[in-house]
Amino acid sequence: MTKDSSIAFVLKEPKEAEPAPIATTGALAWTRENLFSSRLNTALTILSLLFLAWMIPGLVQWTFVDAVWFANSIDECRQLSPGGACWAVITARFDQFMFGFYPEELRWRPVLAFVLLGVALLPVLWDAVPARKQLFFFSAIYPLVAFALLWGDGFIFERVNSSDFGGFLLTMIIGVTGISFSLPIGVLLALGRNSNLPFIKLICVTFIEFIRGVPLITLLFVASTLLNYLLPPGTNFDIILRVLIMVTLFASAYMAEVIRGGLAALSKGQYEAADALGLTYWQSMYLIILPQALKISIPGIVNTFIGLFKDTTLVSVIGLLDPLGIIQPILADSTWNGLVVELYAFVGLVFFVFCFAMSRYSMYLERKLSAGDRH
Amino acid sequence: MKSNILPVALSAAFGLAAMTAASASTLEEVKERGTLNCGVSTGLAGFSQIDDAGDWQGFDVAVCRAVAAAVLDDPSAVQFVPTTGKTRFTALASGEIDMLARNTTWTFSRDADLKFTFIGVNYYDGQGFMVPKELGVESAKELDGATVCIQTGTTTELNLADYFRKNNMSYEPVPIETNTEARQNYLAGACDVYTTDASGLAASRSSFENPADHVILPEIISKEPLGPLVRHGDNEWEDIVRWTLNSLIIAEEKGITAANADEKKAASTAPGADTEIARLLGAEGEYGAMVGLDNEFALRAIKAVGNYGELFSQNLGEDTKIGLARGLNAQWTDGGLLYAPPFR
Repeated sequence: MTKDSSIAFVLKEPKEAEPAPIATTGALAWTRENLFSSRLNTALTILSLLFLAWMIPGLVQWTFVDAVWFANSIDECRQLSPGGACWAVITARFDQFMFGFYPEELRWRPVLAFVLLGVALLPVLWDAVPARKQLFFFSAIYPLVAFALLWGDGFIFERVNSSDFGGFLLTMIIGVTGISFSLPIGVLLALGRNSNLPFIKLICVTFIEFIRGVPLITLLFVASTLLNYLLPPGTNFDIILRVLIMVTLFASAYMAEVIRGGLAALSKGQYEAADALGLTYWQSMYLIILPQALKISIPGIVNTFIGLFKDTTLVSVIGLLDPLGIIQPILADSTWNGLVVELYAFVGLVFFVFCFAMSRYSMYLERKLSAGDRH
Repeated sequence: MKSNILPVALSAAFGLAAMTAASASTLEEVKERGTLNCGVSTGLAGFSQIDDAGDWQGFDVAVCRAVAAAVLDDPSAVQFVPTTGKTRFTALASGEIDMLARNTTWTFSRDADLKFTFIGVNYYDGQGFMVPKELGVESAKELDGATVCIQTGTTTELNLADYFRKNNMSYEPVPIETNTEARQNYLAGACDVYTTDASGLAASRSSFENPADHVILPEIISKEPLGPLVRHGDNEWEDIVRWTLNSLIIAEEKGITAANADEKKAASTAPGADTEIARLLGAEGEYGAMVGLDNEFALRAIKAVGNYGELFSQNLGEDTKIGLARGLNAQWTDGGLLYAPPFR
């Protein structure tokens, strides 16, 4: 072929694409698509904006601008800034919110236990952590370490009485124990409920249905009052331990049902394939069934975790001074009597941080585990 | 809190078996343990609260400390067990606490049916009404047709119904759960009137931004004698708690304070001095031995927390924010109801 001289210009390379029209990309398009896509949406957007404009200035004014951060009493707060939040009560009583009556000179122990909790959780939550095997060993012995740190072992660490525990320390103890023990127990219960052995199945069904049929608050009352009568007099069965057992049993029953849902969602072929491979029951569960069932159950499991964490506040009804419980004696002190919103807002904020973190982690986990899925 | 009686009675019956098995006396148990387990309210202004340092303070709390000082010679050897209106009686019946000082009204059924012994009265309370000053109401008789904030499930609810029926008036109840909720509702104008124990009204009013805008009406419509209580079945322990409280009351009558107790004791053996002071403070006779303690138990209690009058003025009196007058809680010599039996 000879060169066609009548063509003056030949494009050798593909031309660069024009940018997309401005109305279909960037912030403008997002706004148009999500906020002003129809008349109804436009109206709702404008209404929401008006609502925010009406609410936010006052809220910011109250929360930050006019707020008093340091003062010695509510009267001082009101004198300094009558219309603002009196966060001084939180700064003044921060230690009580965190530790309850835990002896001041020993407070490094719960703090250390909290830091170590992070270390123990690392290998559980994140598979890319270096030296994961060794860390797993630490996670396994962490409950003992935490117990020795928090309550003291009588040799190295001075003993601390259970009645000195309070505030978020108590919330963390109940929440973390309930969460970490309810999952394995829940798995066993769910497997037991699906079991072919009638006796095991009967026990699991009875347990699950009984616990689910009774409100948590009833179980807590049983723990705090009724057990005192049933146990031989003079036995000192720690109140926090009693509550821990009740909360864990309660959460386990719910967990079992969540996981049973995951087990039911697997097709029968998975079970049959595992059997055909000649795996034993535990091998097939460990290698084939549970990894899939647990993955399906993640939203439900985390849901139960979050619910359990928030339910820990119920212990204030039986006189344990968790963050909500400790608000009462603080409010009764005439130095601060008269404040309400600030205390509850603070407790609410801390709970939100923990629950939101759990929820975000579960989303991360779901994304990571669904990477291999075809759909 | 009438509604709590049935479940408590049931569990109290349960507990009888356990209690009879526990043969060691409460005094021995407390001494062996080294601390007194004392049930207090989870929070009631002036009666039990925690201060900035995390220590329990208040009028009821002081009774616990006085008993600890009398029995264990250490007012801080108290394990405070915060109890709610629901858990207080079971905690006492089951032996979790040795005594309960939680502004509890002395009633027939609590005394007889729940198998408790009220060892006396440390505060004479009564149900009252609070209204905003701008309403211009001066007497509870003018409250016909008012909306009333009232805590549900309490004796105050029944008292209120009785009072309005007796006076041929009508009212509209606004049921609420806690004192805090009541205060917010009242301030927001959800009800014209807030009714509860007069001490509670005073405490609530003291927490308002403008306490002077609210008045507590003069009518008191019920008797609420509040006192510490112990379990049936250990009369020696009952006597110890009763006479610790009585000692504080007698101390005020005789002008003995925490500061001058030692002087008074030294002076009491002089000829012509008041022999009751000598007996009370252990300078004469063997009175402590009669309850299984030494003779200075009352002296220690008074030195630890002060006499009744000092306690009142520190926690509830007119110099505090709560600002209650002595009223019925004055000594009988001043026209009040405090009348401790002689220490003899």
